[in-house]
Amino acid sequence: MPNMSVNGMTIDDTFAEAFGMRATAIVITAPSRKWARQAAITMSGFATSVIGCGCEAAIDLDLPPSATPDGRPGCRVMIFAMGTDELQKQLLNRVGQCVLTSPGSACFAGLQGSAELKLGSALRYFGDGWQISKKIGDRHFWRIPVMDGEFLCEATTGLTKEAVGGGNFFVMAQNSANALAAAEAAVAAIGMVPGAIVPFPGGIARSGSKIGGKYKGMIASANEAYAPTLRGVVASELGPDINAVLEIVIDGETNDAVAAAMKAGIKAVIELGPKRGAVRISAGNYGGKLGKFIYSLKDMLP
Amino acid sequence: MKALTFTLVAEPPERLDLSPLTPERLAGIERRDVERIQIGMSKHGSKVGDIFRVAGSDPTSIVFEGGSTRLDLVAQGMRGGSVRLDGNAGAQAGRAMRGGKLMIEGNAGPYAGSGMRGGRLEITGNAGDHLGAPLVGELAGMNGGVLIVRGKAGAFAADRMRRGLIAVLKGSGDHAGSRMIAGTLVVAGGTGEMPGYLMRRGSILLDRTPARMSPSFVECGAPESVFAAIIDRHLIAEGILKRPLLGSAPRKYGGDNAVLGMGEVLFPR
Repeated sequence: MPNMSVNGMTIDDTFAEAFGMRATAIVITAPSRKWARQAAITMSGFATSVIGCGCEAAIDLDLPPSATPDGRPGCRVMIFAMGTDELQKQLLNRVGQCVLTSPGSACFAGLQGSAELKLGSALRYFGDGWQISKKIGDRHFWRIPVMDGEFLCEATTGLTKEAVGGGNFFVMAQNSANALAAAEAAVAAIGMVPGAIVPFPGGIARSGSKIGGKYKGMIASANEAYAPTLRGVVASELGPDINAVLEIVIDGETNDAVAAAMKAGIKAVIELGPKRGAVRISAGNYGGKLGKFIYSLKDMLP
Repeated sequence: MKALTFTLVAEPPERLDLSPLTPERLAGIERRDVERIQIGMSKHGSKVGDIFRVAGSDPTSIVFEGGSTRLDLVAQGMRGGSVRLDGNAGAQAGRAMRGGKLMIEGNAGPYAGSGMRGGRLEITGNAGDHLGAPLVGELAGMNGGVLIVRGKAGAFAADRMRRGLIAVLKGSGDHAGSRMIAGTLVVAGGTGEMPGYLMRRGSILLDRTPARMSPSFVECGAPESVFAAIIDRHLIAEGILKRPLLGSAPRKYGGDNAVLGMGEVLFPR
């Protein structure tokens, strides 16, 4: 099938290829939205890609006080990793260093999954014997004394093995400002989709990579086929009208969440149109041989 | 199927042990045989049929119509289903319950919910002394579940409690939460002498400043508390209270420092 044209934009006849991952989620609350987001942003910092960060993490949703366990403003943060052990390690390090330390914070399970990960039941040792266990209804909390009162932390959170990492699409534009506008529109739309995160800076990756490289030890390296400055000298994927490409990488709690996020993002890019945004949309894959999950762009159109 | 109903015909001539009349122990028993179960605890040796008129057939839902302070050990050891007593209960109602729901629409005698491990026991009237407490020789009292007293409780409520939630809504007698090991005791409506007497760990949550606290409790500030918000919301969600008990930053007293001293008494500012 040839490439499609929608709203004056070219949609490549290709697909995104994604992988199974392990994921968990927590709900962070604080006295104000500002401090809930601060704790959430801090704990999901340096968590863009499992290649170098050990996990991928970002805020899934902002929660109003009516939707949190303690009636304060909160954020749901999702964390993705390739294995359960690494996910557990990243969760405890990040909550221990970034949420426990954040003024007024509290931390709750954000997912009910097939298995449990330790949360408060490991962080409680910070209490040095003064921690208090409380079972309230069917939930178990630890209260850990800190300098502004107590850090309340649920004992465990859930783990899901149904998570999907690496859903993606490329927005291609005539200049970098238009590419950024299109990508920002996509990120804003995906922000409304529950269970999906975009872990790169502001949700956007400009250094989409290929696997391996010519230098020994490089796991990933420049994707020269999509680099506009190499358009003439390599077998480029870019036509003469493209001068900037940005990638949106999506991790989701489920296959459906990734698909919903891709649809929402692509819809936003198409609605922005080719004059102010992207002239072409494509996606990254490995020929369909490596990933378990395939998202054809033609199925993701609004 | 209709609930298995025991209607009290007259005031019993002796104390009764109702522990055989639980959903588990009555499962699969014919009504004729139910009426032959001995429940009298003296030389009278009354049988079920002598005391109650039996109707209905569903043993997972048991109703006692008419109460008496001579009805001891109502629903002892029940694990599931529901038991409702429409009237007063004697001693040890819901003793060693592990699950299910026991509703007493009246007053309960001493040792109600003694040694409970699970389930939900609700008493709409008052409860006697030693609510949820261990019997003589036992090491721990209530060990799980939820125990609600809508009226008053006597002395030594939650004695040696280890786990679970007890809520007393119209005030308790002296030494509420004595010797607590852990768990949560909520008392609205005031407490008597020395709440938390010799408590080791655990939480006693009050709706007002306690009048007479042991001098071995010490003031521990009043920072903002997420725990207070969580427990307030839980108590309202469970239909135990209508309004928040503690507020966002309750005062805390730590104690009892005559023993381990890791318990707490919280009350609103």
